[in-house]
Amino acid sequence: MPSKPRTIIEKVWDSHIVAEREGAPSLLFIDLHLVHEVTSPQAFSGLRQRGLKVRRPDLTFCTVDHSTPTTPRNLPIVDPIAATQVAQLEKNATEFGIPYFGFQNRDQGIVHVIGPENGLTQPGMTVVCGDSHTATHGAFGALAFGIGTSEVEMVLASQCLLQKKSKSYEVRVEGTLKPGVTAKDIILALCAKIGIGGGTGCVFEYTGSAIRALSMEERMTVCNMSIEAGARAGLVAPDEKTYEYLKGRRFAPKGAAWDEAVERWKQLATDEGATYDFTTTIDADALEPMITFGTNPGMGMAISATIPDPSNVADSLERDSLRKALAYMGLEAGKPIAGQKIDVVFVGSCTNSRMSDLRAAAGVLKGRKVSPSVRTMIVPGSQEIKRQAEAEGLDKIFREAGAEWREAGCSMCIAMNGDQLTPGQYSVSTSNRNFEGRQGKGGRTFLASPQTAAASAIMGVVTDVRTLA
Amino acid sequence: MQFESTVTQIQADNIDTDQIIPARFLKTISKDGLGDQLFFDWRYNADGSPKADFILNTDKAKASKVLFAGDNFGCGSSREHAPWALTQYGFQAVISTSFADIFKQNSLKNRLLPLVVSKEVHQQLRDALAANPDLAVSVNVETQTFTWPGGPSVHFPIDAFAKHCLLAGVDEIGYVLQHEAQIAAFEAQRVGTLNTLAG
Repeated sequence: MPSKPRTIIEKVWDSHIVAEREGAPSLLFIDLHLVHEVTSPQAFSGLRQRGLKVRRPDLTFCTVDHSTPTTPRNLPIVDPIAATQVAQLEKNATEFGIPYFGFQNRDQGIVHVIGPENGLTQPGMTVVCGDSHTATHGAFGALAFGIGTSEVEMVLASQCLLQKKSKSYEVRVEGTLKPGVTAKDIILALCAKIGIGGGTGCVFEYTGSAIRALSMEERMTVCNMSIEAGARAGLVAPDEKTYEYLKGRRFAPKGAAWDEAVERWKQLATDEGATYDFTTTIDADALEPMITFGTNPGMGMAISATIPDPSNVADSLERDSLRKALAYMGLEAGKPIAGQKIDVVFVGSCTNSRMSDLRAAAGVLKGRKVSPSVRTMIVPGSQEIKRQAEAEGLDKIFREAGAEWREAGCSMCIAMNGDQLTPGQYSVSTSNRNFEGRQGKGGRTFLASPQTAAASAIMGVVTDVRTLA
Repeated sequence: MQFESTVTQIQADNIDTDQIIPARFLKTISKDGLGDQLFFDWRYNADGSPKADFILNTDKAKASKVLFAGDNFGCGSSREHAPWALTQYGFQAVISTSFADIFKQNSLKNRLLPLVVSKEVHQQLRDALAANPDLAVSVNVETQTFTWPGGPSVHFPIDAFAKHCLLAGVDEIGYVLQHEAQIAAFEAQRVGTLNTLAG
C-alpha cells in the first residue's frame, strides 16, 4: 500500500523520533550539535553540576565566532570578559572531549559557515545550535534550528531534544532573478511580505524554479534568515548541486558510504501530492533589490521605493511601531531611501560572508574607491574563505578600494567583539538584523545584499547597484 | 502556580531579544546578574543613570510580576539570557498576543509564563489599565485562567506537557535521561548512517 505523501520536513522529522508519548513533546534525535562560546558556558556548568558527560562528543562540534575580534590573529583578545568566554569554551571542549576549532585554528570561522564548509552539515540531518541562524544549514535539506541554553544542555547530555512538531510552510519562488537581484533580496522580500512573525510555529520549505537555480551558498543566504520571518527552520530539498558541493569535503562520507548516502538523500524530496499547512509565493521576475528602512527585518522594500507613511497604517499598534521605527532611524515618510547618507558598510555575517558574496562585492568595488566618508569592513565567514579570497586576489581589490579586510567572525552583525557603530551612525549591512542597537548602541542599520552594500560604499549613500555608472 | 500582580506595560509589537538584553551583555559565562541589564538601552542614559520616565525604573514595576507587551514578543536571537533577565528582574509572566518560538521554549524552561491572549482581550486589558493603572491581574496556571477586577475570566492556552512541568517542577533533562534505553536503541539502529564525525 502506498504510504501517505510526505514533505521533506515530515520525512526528516519522522526518521529522528526516539520516543513519542501522548500529551508530551516528541524526543527527537540530533545528528549534529554545533556549539559556540556565547550560549554554551551555562550549559556546560549545568552538566558539571549534574555530574553528566557529553553523550556524543563525536556528533558535537565547537568553535568561537561571536565574541572574537577580527583584528590580526597575532594580537590578544583585549576585552577580558570576551577572552574569558573564549577560554571557557576551550576548557569545556577539552574537558568533555569535543572537537574544537579554536581562535587560533586555521579552520575557525562563523559556526554556520564552517559547518557546511567542512561537510559537517548533510541532507536529512537534524542540526541544532544555540543560535537562531542555525536555519542556514537547511540549505542542505537538513532540519536545522536554533535552541536556547537549557536545550543546549539537554542535547549535550542526551543527544536528544524534546520538541513539538512544527507546521509546514511552503515558500514557492518561481521565475528568474533580474541582474542585480540576489538571494538576499528573495529572503528580504519574504520577510517584508509575511512579516517578522509570519512564520511563527512553522518550518519553511523553499521550492520553485528560482530556488533550484540558486547555488548552495545562495540557498544558505535564504535559509539563514528564515528566523527573521518567524520560522525556526527553513530548508531546501537536496539536489545535484547539493551533492556536488558536499562531495570530497572533510567530514562528508567517502567511497561506498558516499554512494549510499546520495541514494538515501535522493529519497528526501517532498512527495508528489504532499500538502503544507501554509503556502506563499514570490515572483522572482518581479523582484527588485531590497533594503530595510526600519528596525526589524520585516520592514523592507524595493530600493527604488519611498519610505512608507505611518498615517496609511490602519492598526494602531502597527502604526505606532512604524512611527517609532522611523523616529529611531531618523527617516522621513514619503522620501526615497536611495540617496540616504551612510557612515559604515559591513559585508559579512552568516548571511553573506561566503566566497560568492565576497566575489559579488569585489565585482562592484574593482577599480573603484569607497567614499572617503564611509568606513567599509569586509569580514570573511571563515579563515578558509579568507585564504581562498586572498588566493583569488579579492583582498587586494578590497584594500585598493579603501575597504578594511579583516579576520573571520560574526563581527558587526552582533557587535559583541568591538566592531560596532557609534550612536546615530548609519550602515548598509549584509547581515540579518536591523533591530535597534544591534550593530552598536544607537546605530542604524539598512539590511541589503553585498552588491547593494558595495555600491553604497562607493557612493557614500544608499545606492541601487543597477544605477552605478 | 498562582499569583496576583499589578501590570507593567511596554506596548510595542515585535520586541526582540536584542532589546530585552543587548548582545554586549552576553559575554558572561554565568546566568546571574542579568536583571539590571533588562531592556538596558531603553532603560538607562548614556552616562548609565536610569531614565526616570522608563517604566522599569519605577518602584511599581519593580514590584510587579507581569509584563504586558505587544505582538510577537521575544523575536530574534535564541539567547536564553532574555528570560533569565526577565525573571531576575521579577517577572513571572509576559502577556502578549503571540510569542516567538524559541523565546517561548526558553521561557517555559525558566518558569516564565508566556501568556497568550486574543487581540480582543489584549485591547480590553489595555482599556482597563487606562482607566485604572493600578489594577491587579490574577493568573492561575492550574486552571489556565487569568482575570482582573471587572474583567472577563480568560482561558489561556498552554501545552499540556509544559503545564505539567511548570506545576510539578519537572526537571526536563532528568525526564529525557529516563529514556536511556530508547536512545541507545535508536543509536544502535542508526549505525552506518551516522558515520560522519567519527571519521
